[in-house]
Amino acid sequence: MISAGIDIGSRTIKLVTIKENEIVTSEVRPNSYNTIEICREMLTGVAYDSITSTGYGRHLFSRHFECDVISEIKAFTLGAYHMVPDCKTILDIGGQDTKAIAVDNDGKISKFEMNDKCAAGTGKFLEIMSNALEFTMEEFISAASGAEHAEKINSMCTVFAESEVISLIGRGALRDEVSLGIHNAIVKRSVSMLKRVSIRDNVVFVGGVANNACVRKLIEKEIGTTLFVPENPQTIGALGCALHQMKAGIPN
Amino acid sequence: MAEDYRQMWTDLGLDLPTHDALLDAVSQMYGDVYLSQKNRPKGMEYFDFVISEVHGLRIKELVDAKKEGKKVIGSFCVFVPEEIILALDCISVGLCAGAEFAFEEAEKLIPRNTCDLIKSAFGFKLAKVCPYLEASDLVVGENTCDGKKKSYEQMSTIMDNLYVMDIPQMKSDSGKSLLKEEYKKFILTLEKLTGKKVTPENLKKGIETVNNKRKAMNRIYSLRNANPAPISGLDALLMNQVFFYDNPVRFTDSVNKIADELEGRIKEKNGVSPENSARILVAGCPMALPNWKVPHIIENSNAVIVGEELCTGERGHHILTGENGSTVDDLVNNIVDRYFQIHCAVFTPNPDRLKRIKEMYKEYNAEGVVDYNLQFCQPYQVEGGIVESELEKAGIPVLRISTDYSSEDQGQIQTRLEAFIERIKG
Repeated sequence: MISAGIDIGSRTIKLVTIKENEIVTSEVRPNSYNTIEICREMLTGVAYDSITSTGYGRHLFSRHFECDVISEIKAFTLGAYHMVPDCKTILDIGGQDTKAIAVDNDGKISKFEMNDKCAAGTGKFLEIMSNALEFTMEEFISAASGAEHAEKINSMCTVFAESEVISLIGRGALRDEVSLGIHNAIVKRSVSMLKRVSIRDNVVFVGGVANNACVRKLIEKEIGTTLFVPENPQTIGALGCALHQMKAGIPN
Repeated sequence: MAEDYRQMWTDLGLDLPTHDALLDAVSQMYGDVYLSQKNRPKGMEYFDFVISEVHGLRIKELVDAKKEGKKVIGSFCVFVPEEIILALDCISVGLCAGAEFAFEEAEKLIPRNTCDLIKSAFGFKLAKVCPYLEASDLVVGENTCDGKKKSYEQMSTIMDNLYVMDIPQMKSDSGKSLLKEEYKKFILTLEKLTGKKVTPENLKKGIETVNNKRKAMNRIYSLRNANPAPISGLDALLMNQVFFYDNPVRFTDSVNKIADELEGRIKEKNGVSPENSARILVAGCPMALPNWKVPHIIENSNAVIVGEELCTGERGHHILTGENGSTVDDLVNNIVDRYFQIHCAVFTPNPDRLKRIKEMYKEYNAEGVVDYNLQFCQPYQVEGGIVESELEKAGIPVLRISTDYSSEDQGQIQTRLEAFIERIKG
């Protein structure tokens, strides 16, 4: 039986299919105004027996396709636990949400924290800040990694932080140091969320921002332990969905 | 609502176009949130009617009573003793508002970072959309949280019938004496307003009427431990909200009829949600009419609310007032004893609230607690931290939701709730 999982995020849509715990296909596409059309295109030609959706578009998807629906928190827990079986703590930084999850010894959610309505400290925050500095995302990350000192960004609100960045630049601050300051800000917020659920090894870092080497390094330094970042960390939610479907065992 | 109330609303000084907009919004919301529920108890039709006439027939009753010389007393808090209001043949109405209305106007008088419960009261006054407020002969404020007590200073600049009652902050002997002094002052104020006297007889009658209303609500609550749940949390919340507005005797009868019906439902195992629904206890800030946001999201996420540790919940009616006593002083002491037990988060420390949440969790066979608080509500937000850590220590799953009257965070709240329910259900 082939199980599929689809994670419809604010920035990207992820589709994973698995057969007996092995990944068969995995795809990431940008999301847009026509979410369902994109999903339909992604599913065209992909063989699967049943599917589960997650992400902020999960209920929208369920109105168009027969599927199970689970929250992102459960999806990432299932996916991360599969990739790193002794994982106890998960950090997921996605396009518009950040989540910290504590996992019990059986791989179940024991506590979680999630940001409120604003995009502070999420992937979108980094994207807006790199645009404000006129950097591509790659340039932004490498500029931050190479900086020796960091400017302090006080505001965690995306809107205020953007004007703070612009005024720092206006005062002659170095772009690299501002970049590192922005990375520090997001790390500080994520680590405090992790601390609220308590940090226990192994810590798995997933979601699109887990691809950011600078964020990874700074978090590791802050919490004093190594982060496990699975391959294609942004697809772990979709993988979790596929695993949920396989566990459920019946086609929907 | 019928057209023939328009003259009455104009006479009360309401701004008709804005008021129309409010009523349309409430009626739309009521349809979406309430009438879309499945398998509701038949007795809830009474409450559908009450809501359809919330600014109509009930206001007409108030206006007619005023013509007969009765006084309408509006209040914002469960610490204002309805027993005394009824003893003097006055009508008690709740004035707390639960909708985002004219906030820009309100923010000219109070800071942006004031909780929405307070902001909404100002919004309703400034936009002239609340007939209860306009029909009130006396509006009773109370010094509970800092937000409210300082806001009453501003409120007194836009209304001339505001009376402020002091409320203790500690459950000490001196706190209790303060409450008694304040209730005695309140009696004198109402006696002056009405030209009547509180007697042991009328006070006893007032206590009895309010106790009957509470007993009816407590009957409903005693049935909510059943699985499947015989009534939704949304419907129970609505009863709690209407508790503050309706004619108390008619309300009591209607609630008792629903309790009879629920007893039958429990025997037939006829529930409003499947037996495996996650059973949630909600604790925290009051949810004033028409604030149905979080319960609506909870009950659309494979969960059912089985109890409310809220002012618009058990906190409003769980404890009865003693009916024994031969003098006014005896009966006032009974009233003070009763109200002094309310576990409001303005008290410090407030261990009895935590204890009661734990008891309720067991009594209602709950599986998780949602700690609901309004942004900028310091007492409940700070206490929420204690509630969360103590309950989790006792093995009770807790989800804290800090929100406001807007709808923009619904998606995030839904995700968190779904994950919380997945956590509860393993």
